[in-house]
Amino acid sequence: MTLFVTDEEMALLLYDIQDLYGYDFNAYAKASLKRRINRLFALDRFPSFAEFRFRLRTDTAYFGRFIEQITVNVTEMFRDPAFYLALRKEVLPLLATYPFIRVWHAGCSTGEEVYSMAILLREANLLHKSILYATDINPQVVQQAASGVFSMQHMKQYSENYILSGGRHDFSSYYTAGNNKVLFDVSFKKHMVFSTHNLAAESSFNEFQLIVCRNVLIYFEKELQARVFDLFDTSLERLGFLALGSKESLRLSPANAKFRQVSEQKIWRKVI
Amino acid sequence: MAKSDLSNIPGCVVIGGSAGSLKVILSLVTALDARLPFPVVIVLHRKNDASSLEHLLNDRCPLRVKEAEDKEDLAPGTVYLAPPDYHLLIESDHSLSLDASEKVLWSRPSIDVTFQSAAEAFGHHVLAILLSGANNDGASGLEYIRHHGGQIIVQDPDNAEIPVMPRAALARLRPDLLLPDYAMAAAINHFL
Repeated sequence: MTLFVTDEEMALLLYDIQDLYGYDFNAYAKASLKRRINRLFALDRFPSFAEFRFRLRTDTAYFGRFIEQITVNVTEMFRDPAFYLALRKEVLPLLATYPFIRVWHAGCSTGEEVYSMAILLREANLLHKSILYATDINPQVVQQAASGVFSMQHMKQYSENYILSGGRHDFSSYYTAGNNKVLFDVSFKKHMVFSTHNLAAESSFNEFQLIVCRNVLIYFEKELQARVFDLFDTSLERLGFLALGSKESLRLSPANAKFRQVSEQKIWRKVI
Repeated sequence: MAKSDLSNIPGCVVIGGSAGSLKVILSLVTALDARLPFPVVIVLHRKNDASSLEHLLNDRCPLRVKEAEDKEDLAPGTVYLAPPDYHLLIESDHSLSLDASEKVLWSRPSIDVTFQSAAEAFGHHVLAILLSGANNDGASGLEYIRHHGGQIIVQDPDNAEIPVMPRAALARLRPDLLLPDYAMAAAINHFL
C-alpha cells in the first residue's frame, strides 16, 4: 500500500507553509487538497514524510513546485462551449453599451479562458475598448499564460469547442503554428494584464463589469467561498456579471441576495 | 446470501461502475428500500451530456436521487450521482466536494478518488460496491477501503457484462461478498 500523508502531517505542512511562505491553504477543501499533497508526495518519491517536510521548509524552489502541483491547472479554450455561447448572446451585447470594459479572470491558470474571452470580444468588435485582467495564485502559470504560447496538440479540440460556442471564423487564423506550439495573435496581449493574486488572502484591486472564476471555488471550503464571493461583490460594478464553473453556485453564499442568475449557464448579475 | 457476511451498518454506501453497469445501477436503485438510513453515492463513468441520468434514476428509485453538488452535506436516504467530468470527494465533515483536476486512469469521475475519500471520511463504516467495467478503476480504491476496515462487494465477473473491472479488483483483494447484479439491492437493504 502506498505511503500516505496523514491529516496531522498535512496540518503541519500547512502550518509551515503559512509560517515560512505566507500562503494560507487552511481554508481549502481538505479531501481534495490532501489528494493533491499525496499525489506530489508519491510523484517525487519521498521516502518519508519527514523528508518531504524538510524539503518544503528548506528549499524555496521546491515550494514553487509545490504551488504548481497542488493547485489544479486543468483548463481548455472555450471549455463548456454552451457557456461561451451564452456570453456571446446574453452578456456581450450588454457590455457593449459601456465605454470601457474591464474583465477579471480570477484563477486564470495557463490562460486558455483568457484567450477565449479575447476572441469573443474581438468578434463582438469590443476588444479595442476592453482590458482583461488575468490572475492566479501560481506565478508559473501566470508567466505561461502571459507568453501567449500554447501546445499544438489541443488545437483541434479547441477549434471544435470554438465552433460549438458560436464561432464563425477559422480558429487557426488566431494563431501561428510551429514546433508543436502555437503563438496567439500578439495584438491580443495589448488588452491583457497578467499578475499573481491570491483569492484566499488579497483584496480587490479594481472594479469590473465581468468577473470570470470557473472551477476555482470548488477547491475552497464554504467559508472561504463566501469570503471570495464578497471580494467579487466589492470588485463588481452594479449590474456587473459574475461567471462561475458549471457545477459552482452563489446559492449557498450570503452574497447571493445581491445577485440574480441571468442565464441557464452559471452567470449572475449584481442587481444591488 | 448469508446476512452475517456484512455486519457493520454503513455510514455511507459507495458504488462504482463503468461500461456495462448502467443496467445494474438502474435495477439496483429501483429495488432500494425507501427507509435506508444512510446516503448512497454512485460514481458512474459516462459521457458529459445533460444530466438525464438523474431523472432516469429518480423515476425508478424510491429514494431521492440527485446530482452531487459542491459543498452539500450528505443526507441519509439520498442517492448522489457524481456529475460527469468532475471527481467527487467526501470531506471528513461528510459534505461533498467536486474536483476538476486531471483524469485518473483516464477517468473523471474516478471511482478510486471517491472510494479513497469515503474511506478517509467514514473509516470502517463504508460499504463499497464495484460493478461491471472495462478498465482498472476502483481496485486501488477498494484496497484503501479494506485498509480502513470497510466492507466490500464486487460484482461476480461471470455475471458482469464487462468483467475487466471486477476482475482487476479480485486480483488485488478478496471481497466480503461476490454477488450477481440481482442480489446487490438486497445486500444493501438487509441493514434495515
